[in-house]
Amino acid sequence: MSEAVDDEPTETDGGVRSYTVRLELVDEPGELLGALGPIADHGGNLLSIHHERGSVTPRGHIPVEIDLESPPDRFETIVDALRGAGVNVMQAGEGRYGEQLSVVLVGELVETDLSGTLAAIEADADATVVDLSLAAPDGIDETASARLRLDVASERREGAIAAIRAIADDRGLVLVEPLPGGEA
Amino acid sequence: MRLAILGAGAVGRSVAELAGDYGHEVVALADSTAAAVDDDGVDVPTALARKDAGDAVGAAEPEAVFEAAYDVLVEATPTTLGDAEPGFSHVRRALADDRHVVLANKGPVAERYDELRALEAESTGSIRFEATVGGAIPVLSTIEDCTPAAVTAVRGVLNGTANFILTRMAAEGLSFDHVLAEAQDLGVAEADPTFDVDGIDAALKFVILSNVLADGGFTLEDAAVDGIRDIPASALELAAEDGRTIRLIGEATREGVRVGPRLVPATGALAVTGTRNVVQIETRHAGSLHNSGRGAGGPETATAILSDVGRLPSR
Repeated sequence: MSEAVDDEPTETDGGVRSYTVRLELVDEPGELLGALGPIADHGGNLLSIHHERGSVTPRGHIPVEIDLESPPDRFETIVDALRGAGVNVMQAGEGRYGEQLSVVLVGELVETDLSGTLAAIEADADATVVDLSLAAPDGIDETASARLRLDVASERREGAIAAIRAIADDRGLVLVEPLPGGEA
Repeated sequence: MRLAILGAGAVGRSVAELAGDYGHEVVALADSTAAAVDDDGVDVPTALARKDAGDAVGAAEPEAVFEAAYDVLVEATPTTLGDAEPGFSHVRRALADDRHVVLANKGPVAERYDELRALEAESTGSIRFEATVGGAIPVLSTIEDCTPAAVTAVRGVLNGTANFILTRMAAEGLSFDHVLAEAQDLGVAEADPTFDVDGIDAALKFVILSNVLADGGFTLEDAAVDGIRDIPASALELAAEDGRTIRLIGEATREGVRVGPRLVPATGALAVTGTRNVVQIETRHAGSLHNSGRGAGGPETATAILSDVGRLPSR
């Protein structure tokens, strides 16, 4: 593993907590190292790195899961630094991932390039499509419906929905959103 | 209180018929062509029987209503958009004469709320409009009891026609057009269903709610509105596989108004079925409150009007 970062115990004023950060890296040399730097630089203590070279995301990226410890007040700084360094942070949270989000899209889904739509959602909404159901009762050239389940970091939920809304508008699709906060 | 009722459709006539039960008296009742006016009390059954027989509701001109010895004007003429006339002028006239006004007509409260409040401020009369939002369901009075400042958002289903259509589509796997035709046969949807299925009727109600929360500033133009015409049965099927369903949900906050089809948990409070309505009032200190019931209908809406009359200060 890389030259991580077991530096001097960080000065903690409220104790440290463990966090899981899920990244997607481009499959190029040096990418992983570049992602670890911001964590160490901001006082994060790496616990484990799970580099899933075998599983590639729909966009051809490699998912990486990093467990780390840091004082709670520094965790946001670490995530911001990662994003600032151009690292694609899919999820960042205390001990667990963000949340799942379901949406339904309606329209000429196949005609408007369904895989392109999904790729756009993953990129713009900073979300991972984990499940897709498609219903095209009148054939794939007609109006179809798709239900998408997405992994998204909790604090990015509203932003993700807004991004999906823009993509749907752009492609002339009807978006059925969930309610804010997830539940009624 | 002595009531002058403008509008003799389903709501206006129900108010006239039920007023006595609530301890009030009808001194004027008008439709768009004529009025029955009697300071000693209009004979409501006779007036309505005349109207049912195709005759004038009374011998007077509609304008004569304003000359009656009334305490409260009940504005139950059809909702109009834009300048909200003639409803708005009716309210202005009554407030100028220092009378109270209770509205069932959504137009003036949705489209010209700020002007209404300014007119009210110059009058000793007050305005109330519980009946404009959710028929029989106490929505505005619940917000009033929580104080509007402690309410952060109101969401819900406030159009029974759209909810009926989505419920039937989900239950039977039928298309929108099929269920709409069925709803029209049943009298649940009107011949021109635009107002209901395109979300305008619901949007007016949520505009009114945003006006109450923010103390004005909103009209229908400020609302982002999507209807349910584009929702296929397949979308409802997919939602059901995931334990959800689709409802035409409105959302009113101080920041804005949105109405559109949304995914809701199939067993959640907002997934009411048939023509039923529901509102979820999100409060700062007390979590969410849910009120559900009949959101339309003559007697239902009349009860909201008569409750409003009961809350007015005596003159």
